[in-house]
Amino acid sequence: MAADKKASGALRQVLAYIRRYWVFLGVSLLLAAATVALTLYVPVLTGDAVDLLLGKGQVDFAAVFAIMRRVAVAIAVTALAQWGMNICNNHITYHVVKDIREDAFSRIQELPLKYLDAHAYGDIVSRVIADVDTFADGLLMGFTQLFTGVLTIGGTLVFMLATNVPIALVVIGITPVSFLVARFIATRTYSMFKLQSETRGEQTSLIEEMVGNQKIVKTFSREEAVEQQFAEINGRLEKCSLRAIFFSSITNPATRFVNSLVYAGVGIFGAFVAIRGGISVGRLSCFLSYANQYTKPFNEISGVVTELQNALACAARIFELIQEEPQTPDDPEARALTDAEGTVEMENVYFSYVPEKKLIQNFDLQVKPGQRVAIVGPTGCGKTTVINLLMRFYDVDSGRIKVDGTDVRHITRGSLRTSYGMVLQETWLRAGTIRDNIRMGRPEATAEEVEQAARAAHAHSFIRRLPQGYDTVITEDGGSLSQGQKQLLCIARVMLCLPSMLILDEATSSIDTRTELKIQNAFARMMEGRTSFIVAHRLSTIQEADRILVMRDGNIVEQGKHEELLARGGFYAALYNSQFAVADPGK
Amino acid sequence: MKRLLKYLAGYKKETVLAPLFKLLEAGFELLVPLVMASIIDRGIANRDMGHIGRMGACLLALAAVGLAASITAQYFAARAAVGFSAKLRQALFDHIQGLSFTSMDKAGTSTMITRMTSDINQVQSGINMVLRLFLRSPVIVFGSMIMAFTIDVKSAWIFVVAIPLLAIVVFGIMVWTMPLYKKVQAGLDRVLGLTRENLTGVRVIRAFHREREEEARFREDTGALAASQIFVGKISAVMNPVTYVIVNGAVIALIYTGAVQVNIGALSQGEVVAIINYMSQILVELVKLANLIITITKALACADRVANVFEITDPGSPEAVPESREEASKGIGAPFLEFDHVSLTYEGAGDETLHDIHFKVERGETVGIIGGTGSGKTSLVNLIPGFYPVTEGAVRLEGRDIRRIPEAELRGRIGVVPQKAVLFKGTIRGNLQWGRPDATEEEMWRALELAQAAEIVEGKEGALDAEVAQNGRNLSGGQRQRLTIARALVRRPEILILDDSASALDYATDAKLRAALRGIEGETTTFIVSQRASTIRHADKILVLEDGRAAGIGTHEELLAGCEVYQEIYYSQYPQERPGSAKAQAAEGGVGNGGR
Repeated sequence: MAADKKASGALRQVLAYIRRYWVFLGVSLLLAAATVALTLYVPVLTGDAVDLLLGKGQVDFAAVFAIMRRVAVAIAVTALAQWGMNICNNHITYHVVKDIREDAFSRIQELPLKYLDAHAYGDIVSRVIADVDTFADGLLMGFTQLFTGVLTIGGTLVFMLATNVPIALVVIGITPVSFLVARFIATRTYSMFKLQSETRGEQTSLIEEMVGNQKIVKTFSREEAVEQQFAEINGRLEKCSLRAIFFSSITNPATRFVNSLVYAGVGIFGAFVAIRGGISVGRLSCFLSYANQYTKPFNEISGVVTELQNALACAARIFELIQEEPQTPDDPEARALTDAEGTVEMENVYFSYVPEKKLIQNFDLQVKPGQRVAIVGPTGCGKTTVINLLMRFYDVDSGRIKVDGTDVRHITRGSLRTSYGMVLQETWLRAGTIRDNIRMGRPEATAEEVEQAARAAHAHSFIRRLPQGYDTVITEDGGSLSQGQKQLLCIARVMLCLPSMLILDEATSSIDTRTELKIQNAFARMMEGRTSFIVAHRLSTIQEADRILVMRDGNIVEQGKHEELLARGGFYAALYNSQFAVADPGK
Repeated sequence: MKRLLKYLAGYKKETVLAPLFKLLEAGFELLVPLVMASIIDRGIANRDMGHIGRMGACLLALAAVGLAASITAQYFAARAAVGFSAKLRQALFDHIQGLSFTSMDKAGTSTMITRMTSDINQVQSGINMVLRLFLRSPVIVFGSMIMAFTIDVKSAWIFVVAIPLLAIVVFGIMVWTMPLYKKVQAGLDRVLGLTRENLTGVRVIRAFHREREEEARFREDTGALAASQIFVGKISAVMNPVTYVIVNGAVIALIYTGAVQVNIGALSQGEVVAIINYMSQILVELVKLANLIITITKALACADRVANVFEITDPGSPEAVPESREEASKGIGAPFLEFDHVSLTYEGAGDETLHDIHFKVERGETVGIIGGTGSGKTSLVNLIPGFYPVTEGAVRLEGRDIRRIPEAELRGRIGVVPQKAVLFKGTIRGNLQWGRPDATEEEMWRALELAQAAEIVEGKEGALDAEVAQNGRNLSGGQRQRLTIARALVRRPEILILDDSASALDYATDAKLRAALRGIEGETTTFIVSQRASTIRHADKILVLEDGRAAGIGTHEELLAGCEVYQEIYYSQYPQERPGSAKAQAAEGGVGNGGR
């Protein structure tokens, strides 16, 4: 069974995580043993005490008091041991959960964009949050009950064998049935739990998508349709949850039924033995109570087993993420790029997102330090892809890209990327203060430096007008800031770092032209001596470029200076004229 | 929790039957010792093999009936719990769908997601456990006490002392930990928020090479979460040992009173054993209950968080705006759309975003809105579909205050192309149906052509049925933008709002788009928000915004003649045309200004 294999794989990994806390685990086990031994010992003591209560006037109070003292000590030690065990188990569980989440998060940082671009965020989030949570619950329950359960079984077994072997054998003979039943149910429910977790992931995805874009849903009055879509998944989730929960919850009554069989077996067989004088009535009743003690943990264990099944199904999904192939690690001999001069070469570069759809083919480009390169072309021609390759968000399929004469694959990613200052069209700001957002690239920057950068980006005036100025907290998507304001903040963020090369991908698309003109001046100063790549639709913003690359369907169709290209009267000229010429066909 | 209970209403039968069958099972369990006693007293004492056999069969029968009752109980409990949570989730989702823009700005997305998923799951398992066990435990606890009273009143008083003590411990810990569990969930919110943020901002984070710092941040958050989990765990961990001490302390007391009672001949040895067994039974039950209490406490904390979302409601209902007499008479001959001295202050914001905006638009007109970043352009068009309520003045459609028009009707007449080009997971067809669910294929293609998006769709495998990934990530920004325009056009809106919708388009496409839009005008009233003067210069009316105030309203020529702000904007984009510029004279009639 593939599912089975996956579950056991997940179990192995879980154990690897637990191993780090082996001291706590050892202590927990010891305390569990102590707890079990004492809980088995206390009934023996009380039994002894009861034996002293022979009848009227025949009670040996001194002996009773002696036993009472021993019971009191046993209780105190048990309570302490139990408490210590709980603390250890808590410690292990929550640290394992923390470790797993952190590993998952680290893996997200290392996953190639190819993976992240292709997977629904909601599903990944659901793995890191909901699945890990369910797993934690199962693990905690497993810890607190599995140990004690197993030890109790062992302890009572020893006692029963010591008391009467044949009756003990009856008990031992019947109990495996309990395991078989539990196992039978567990293997069946694993796939149900897996389905439940997958459906949950799907639902989280939808929630993420719709709640995240709630305003658009409302704009189109799609509330009802979206609710229906949700209802469909919700209905499926209800159905598979019910199956998973119900079938797994059969385990408990089923094993209890087996216990009743054990009890009946001991009762009937014991009674026959007693008739033949093989066991005293007192011993038999004692046996019966231990048979009960012995089978109770089976109940708990079987409960734990279903819980663990569920937990493992969830764990499998997390480990799937953690084991996802990361981006190829940096070459160990990779050099760190510092103070890059800014020579950028692309040689015979081929790249496509999906093999069936060729995109960039045989792309060649030489950029000298300090040159300003503009990339233009119709939408979807591959401009942003070039930037994905320059930043090494994606690796080329063949050919190579060199910076300062070194293949980028021999440069550490971090140093390569920080050598570029990047402003994208899609603004991303994090939940936090305006100041922290600007300081993202240089957290050590002083308040003055932050303000300076904001001024250079012409963001200072609007920031000042916010309720708490630079300390205004913005929500995840930048909240009530306009698209243009967000873009100004992203520019300020780069202004603060001033790396040796720049990538501006539609960096000013949402900013009004007057502000843009001013920012252009700031950009112009910034670009002085820095190799820059500029993607823009407003051709006016790129006329000053040293070189303009005109792209079409993944290829460079023309390149040169603005005037040269205009004079050539080709694709660029057509593109350039269109922005004015077609402005008023209606008139 | 109380306000959530109504979602259990549909499962009355299940919520009653589940514990009932559970009790039945417990009852059968209680009969077992009696049968066993009979085996010992009559079977063994009289050497009656037949009796032992009959009673043995009886034990097996009890076990089988108990099994049936128990499975039935589990089934009803699972049905009620799962059904409840499904209903609750749907209700919560529907509630979020009904929130206004103002409420949405206040609530965060991440916390909504945890509440809809993790929190509701916790509530579900809470209910499941309660139905299975919660009735059973008190019945056994009090049942044991009553049994003790029938045996020996003096010993039974120990029960009367021990049980409230146990109750205090159990409920005390519950009350203490509840707020702590809430804190844990809040920590989980933060962890989720950071995870989400890192997924959406992956490019920026990598560009700044902040991966390690982000990990450190995450470690800090998970560390805090683990610390709060361990803290609350420590308190919960006290429950089992303390109940153990109380119960066994009671056992010691029982032995003592038993010894005294036996010594004076008031009690037999066997009766002492029975009473002690009852006390032990309470312990077994409480151990189960302790686990349950943790689940319930968590569930209650989570239920509270879910209930809080339900408490976010919108203050202003449409009925709140009385129809003035003046307004009623305005129905005929009123302008198609009117901004009547409108001001807007966002909730929680200090300053006014829009101030005293006043203009009228006739049907079929095109209105251009231009202005600096943050001047209030988007805020202004957002008032037309009533996304935010005006703080002063009124927006009127055909003379009716839009607050009095049912939301669905109003929005059904308006097609909005938002700034952020978002598409949804599914197919292109499915996305276009957002505009109008019953649009025919022909209508879709027409809209796509108008939006200059037909070639995108034609280039895809499956055409209209081509897959769109979540957020439209498999499409470029420009492609997404054109598809969102098509989506708005499919509904053939009376009012079309283009909120800077061409920013990701190149000039050629933008120009073609504008030409196409002009083709469908006539009955469609169009609002175009843009930074580009070229996009709006041919509008019938241009509204120039500066810091939330109207700096000028008029046609391109009027504004160019008399509005300083407009002049500045225009000449910043067409420097050649600036009067006195050398280029302007040289290029008269040349490349730069074919439109004049």
